[in-house]
Amino acid sequence: MAKCGEARNVMGGCCTNGDLRHGSNFASRQPARHIVRVLTLIGILIVVAGFAARMNPLLVVTVAGLATGLASGLGPVAVISAFGKAFTESRYVAIVWLVLPVIGLLERAGLKERARTVIAGIPAATTGRVLMIYFTVRQITAALGLTSLGGQAQMVRPLVAPMAEGAAENRFGALPIETRRRIRAHSAAVDNIAVFFGEDIFIAVGSILLIKGFLEQNGIHVEPAQLAIWAVPTAIAAWIIHIVRLIILDRSLARELTSKEKDA
Amino acid sequence: MITLEAVYWIMGLMATGVAVVNVRDPTNPKRYNNTMFWGLYAATFLTGSYLPNFASGCIVVAMVLVGSVGKLGQGSRESQTVEQREASAVRWGNRLFIPALAIPAVTLAGTFWLKGATLHGTPLVDQKQITSISLGIATLVALVAGVVMLRPPLLAPLHETRRLWDSVGWATVLPQMLAALGALFAAAGVGKVVAGMAERWIPLSSPLVAVVTYTVGMALFTMIMGNAFAAFPVMTAGIGLPLIMTRFGGNVAVMAAIGMLSGFCGTLMTPMAANYNIVPTALLELPDEYAVIKRQLPTALLLLAVNTIIMYVFVYRH
Repeated sequence: MAKCGEARNVMGGCCTNGDLRHGSNFASRQPARHIVRVLTLIGILIVVAGFAARMNPLLVVTVAGLATGLASGLGPVAVISAFGKAFTESRYVAIVWLVLPVIGLLERAGLKERARTVIAGIPAATTGRVLMIYFTVRQITAALGLTSLGGQAQMVRPLVAPMAEGAAENRFGALPIETRRRIRAHSAAVDNIAVFFGEDIFIAVGSILLIKGFLEQNGIHVEPAQLAIWAVPTAIAAWIIHIVRLIILDRSLARELTSKEKDA
Repeated sequence: MITLEAVYWIMGLMATGVAVVNVRDPTNPKRYNNTMFWGLYAATFLTGSYLPNFASGCIVVAMVLVGSVGKLGQGSRESQTVEQREASAVRWGNRLFIPALAIPAVTLAGTFWLKGATLHGTPLVDQKQITSISLGIATLVALVAGVVMLRPPLLAPLHETRRLWDSVGWATVLPQMLAALGALFAAAGVGKVVAGMAERWIPLSSPLVAVVTYTVGMALFTMIMGNAFAAFPVMTAGIGLPLIMTRFGGNVAVMAAIGMLSGFCGTLMTPMAANYNIVPTALLELPDEYAVIKRQLPTALLLLAVNTIIMYVFVYRH
């Protein structure tokens, strides 16, 4: 049980096994503390309610953050300072926007139109097949640690989505706007799923290092390779599941778009 | 030494340029809001490292109010007609792909070359930020290549940036706001409260229930926090280590690896992971903010089930 105790200490000793068994007594023993602890969940409530009501996510997240900070006992100045600090420290996630000038410039010169033309020259190309090839390449390169070979702004908007749309246009003529949007959403999903379930096979990726570091704090030593190898079965499952879904997508596009043609 | 600060300066200048282009565009009905929004965003890059945290926080709150309550607009001028773009596509052909593909290629090359590269004995770039700095350099290289090749009007890249960035709008800053929310959640101990409640309410009496609670809990908690990295320590300390490993004798490597992957299933299903799920809908001009999540949902749920089965089958095997 020694390890169990250590693990709980890392979390700030939130409860012991005693609490686990006699959980119902916990609230009555320390009512004030319990209320404060539950109050800190107000941020989650605001997020869930705000997103469900489809309010502006930016506003929802800001209000949730302010409420959580205030509920946990911070003053207004401290809460706004915490916001400023975390926002400033996470500026690195915005660097990807630096691709906009060159992508915009190339779009102005006809990049998307060219991507469609290239696909039109390949008779065997379908939306599903284009996305299958991208999924496979993205997953394998991510597994080799090459996660920067892709991304929503760099690859999906200028290349992958126009190619996937172009393949459908090529077969079925002009597409209804709903179909276009559905194909674009699938293109974005392919990039995410392929990279998530590829990168963990690479031993130096952030998540593997985080697991290793966390376990070490708890006195457990694991090699990154032991963790990476257990990412392989899920990676294969992700590939099979998503490839099957893309085959289904091709069939449903063919069914919808050819029947519409007959109607017209 | 090149640090992230240099990249932030470029970001700041780009956002300033977008603000200036907006203020001069009468076709945008909300042009002053856009100018204020991008101007404040530029300030977070140019001054963020020097201002006190409270001042940065005030800038951020002002930016949120302008972007959400004040609303942003978009100019209606298209720089080129469809016919012009099609003619240009024919003229340039596959050469158009060169600058686009240069971005990932140069980023990748940078991550290899800049590692350990020194100039007069000091590292050439901040070794902890190699990937981000490489991406910044790659975008500049690609832009120069594009400008040399296409010879557009001088301000065309800036006008195109404005067009794309205004179509993304407030979603641009959502990932950073969510990082800030995560920091406040962590400071308030939200994770511990949630894990504590789960422990008290779920009867974790069998090895199977422990595995299901851990994998599903990782996915749900990741959906709340928007990030599997935030969920992993809480769920693993609360359920994984004491129950699956210590009480039921499970293999810790199997548990941790597949636990993290279960969290990734949650990432695919939540608007809180904005840079993966919400920003692409803006980039691809989809009116439904949840369009990408809806496409990911079936794969995510099936994979969560697969993860749970894989963990149950292998974690207790010796």
